[in-house]
Amino acid sequence: MYKYDHIDQKIVDERVNQYQNQLNRYLNKELSDEEFRPLRLQNGLYIQRHAPMLRVAIPYGLLSSKQLLKLADIADKYDRGYGHFSTRQNIQFNWPKLEDTPNILRELAKVEMHAIQTSGNCIRNITTDQFAGVTDDEILDPRHVAEILRQWSTFHPEFALLPRKFKIAITGSKKDRALVQCHDIGLEFFTNKNNKMVIKVWVGGGLGRTPMIGSVIKKELQWKHILTYCEAILRVYNLYGRRDNIYKARIKILVKSVGIDEFKKLVENEWKYIKNGPNTINTEELNRVKKYFSEPNYKKDIKNNLKNYKNEKAFNQWLSKCTNTHKKTGYSSVTFSLKSTGRPPGDATSSEMRGVADLAKEYSFGEIRVSHEQNLILADVQKDKLYELWVKAKKYHLITPNIGLLTDIICCPGGDFCSLANAKSIPIAQSIQELFNDMDYLHDIGDINLNISGCMNACGHHHVGNIGILGVDKDGSEWYQITLGGNQGNFASIGKVIGPSFSAKEIPFVIKKIIEVYLDNRHEEELFIDCISRIGLEPFKDYIYKKSEATI
Amino acid sequence: MKSQLIKNKNITKDNWITVELPKIEQIIKMQAGKIVAFKLSGEDYPTNDQVKKTTFPKKGKIILPLKVFILHQNKLKERLVNKEIGIWLSTHEEIHKFIKVIDNLNNFPLIAIHVEKFSDGRIFSIGNQLRNKYKFKNELRAFGDILKDQIFFLKRSGFNSYLIREDRDSLDAINGLDDFSEPYQGASDISNPVWRRIKR
Repeated sequence: MYKYDHIDQKIVDERVNQYQNQLNRYLNKELSDEEFRPLRLQNGLYIQRHAPMLRVAIPYGLLSSKQLLKLADIADKYDRGYGHFSTRQNIQFNWPKLEDTPNILRELAKVEMHAIQTSGNCIRNITTDQFAGVTDDEILDPRHVAEILRQWSTFHPEFALLPRKFKIAITGSKKDRALVQCHDIGLEFFTNKNNKMVIKVWVGGGLGRTPMIGSVIKKELQWKHILTYCEAILRVYNLYGRRDNIYKARIKILVKSVGIDEFKKLVENEWKYIKNGPNTINTEELNRVKKYFSEPNYKKDIKNNLKNYKNEKAFNQWLSKCTNTHKKTGYSSVTFSLKSTGRPPGDATSSEMRGVADLAKEYSFGEIRVSHEQNLILADVQKDKLYELWVKAKKYHLITPNIGLLTDIICCPGGDFCSLANAKSIPIAQSIQELFNDMDYLHDIGDINLNISGCMNACGHHHVGNIGILGVDKDGSEWYQITLGGNQGNFASIGKVIGPSFSAKEIPFVIKKIIEVYLDNRHEEELFIDCISRIGLEPFKDYIYKKSEATI
Repeated sequence: MKSQLIKNKNITKDNWITVELPKIEQIIKMQAGKIVAFKLSGEDYPTNDQVKKTTFPKKGKIILPLKVFILHQNKLKERLVNKEIGIWLSTHEEIHKFIKVIDNLNNFPLIAIHVEKFSDGRIFSIGNQLRNKYKFKNELRAFGDILKDQIFFLKRSGFNSYLIREDRDSLDAINGLDDFSEPYQGASDISNPVWRRIKR
């Protein structure tokens, strides 16, 4: 993975000093709440319900064992012994003290980490595929460009105070796992007709209050122009994005109001001044960054011993759901589920973090990845070690075989922590996990994603969940609206609301009904999402609403 | 009183008089339950009436509101040659719409950009465009809600003078210019990104 040189280290160190000075001025009342707000936010610091929340950046979801051990130490020393992995591949601490935050940043800087631009109206953490570099459907490892973009966007002077937050995602695989169509800018590498590697540029996608799938602004962009093209897009957005209304300030609203053709014209007009300028990426820089992501020392001739365990049902369930194919024969990628029943989705305790860090050291070249589905991944595990790893990971409660299944719920922290939330989301996830605790039944239902957000800001990506649950406020009490048919990936779509919302108590039973309709109607091997596209929402609505009316 | 103007990393006396627009009663607009704090890019402000009613000193170095300058530019030719005329505009005013009626931006020894609220980052793109697209070479000043925490970014966006908000310590603000010693990306002040400047 990328290693800091003296330049990277200095920027992070200087940031700690700058932030310390800003915090001191705030505590000495030289900065007002309003003035300190954008400054602390650009450093990932929110003022929440109970305490500040600090969001630490995990660039494109990649961590070393050493870094994860540091996060565990921070969780113990400054928090309550746990952290929350977010849908943007970052980690959040929910209980730090404001006065401690510079010290936390100082500790992070020692392991090449920071909280720069993890919040606020600026370019946020660049996200990508959790299987980058190891997946067998990869066209190009997107992490090289992600790192170049990370550096370019860090303290970009022109884009420090945008109308609203700005998220960039990159994918280099045929199957999009990075949600590029739902980002402010999505970059999709592909091979064109002339067998050249080019990028399709998406703009104006996003979830939140007004969910939208992005539009293609550039069909084929050469990789060397990525920075200047993004710069042109951001300049137009910075000048013309709405600043008068927070709900209409994202780039998607601008793109929609002027239209993609006109927006493209504005962008191209800015681009012509900077195209081929100094920020054009050269091969030398690409290669410099690339070498940090070179292949680890993979072993050859690994014996596949998995058939020795063919009678171990639990292990095989885990194999089928929690391991992924790998580009190297003899290797697999393993996903540790942070979605066991009783655990707030995405949470890990410090002892679990240490456990994962140690397992990564022993089995996966000391690297861990965080997925936007809020799970942890060891990307390079020898097939002949899978059983051993499975046995060891058991004690950290990381082997629930539910990846991609109904209980692998994407969930925001919700009303338990977040001051923006209309409703709690963690207890909803837990009540669903409790009702669907039969692994055989879950495996029979098959792949389905269920996403929960506590408010329309959509941190839990509910719009692109096959089943989406959104917390809404009705006269001061918490209700939940359900959407069906959302999808992520290459055929992204936004879910549709099925009808009036439900109370928290009703939700697990509504989900049960949805599943029943699916099981009654599905063709053999037909996925939930495909079944919905075929039969539509009516059968679901009929069964859920009419039946409940009848029982009243 | 100590000057609030920073130039060349020093507190400097301000030799210019900034001509203000006559105040008008502004209608309070609401959006999403909040008072609108920003003018939209391209919004028609100042009004023609305000522009007409603006008065300014007949001698000395003055910074005129852009539209006021345009209205009077025929009468100001000599003062322009004498380097007595600068212009200022706000972050919602679009330069490309005015550039056609202005002879040569470099006739102005100074252009100032007014930012009403700290969080208005349009000022950075305006700086960048003035320097790179419109090739403005003289003094570029930021004024209004300017604090220590913007000026590193302003410097990198092409500004070279900063009028710090009156209630803040301008001497301390100078330190903000050096928040970071080796920035990553190329921008208006240093056009090369770090990987073209230094062997990494």
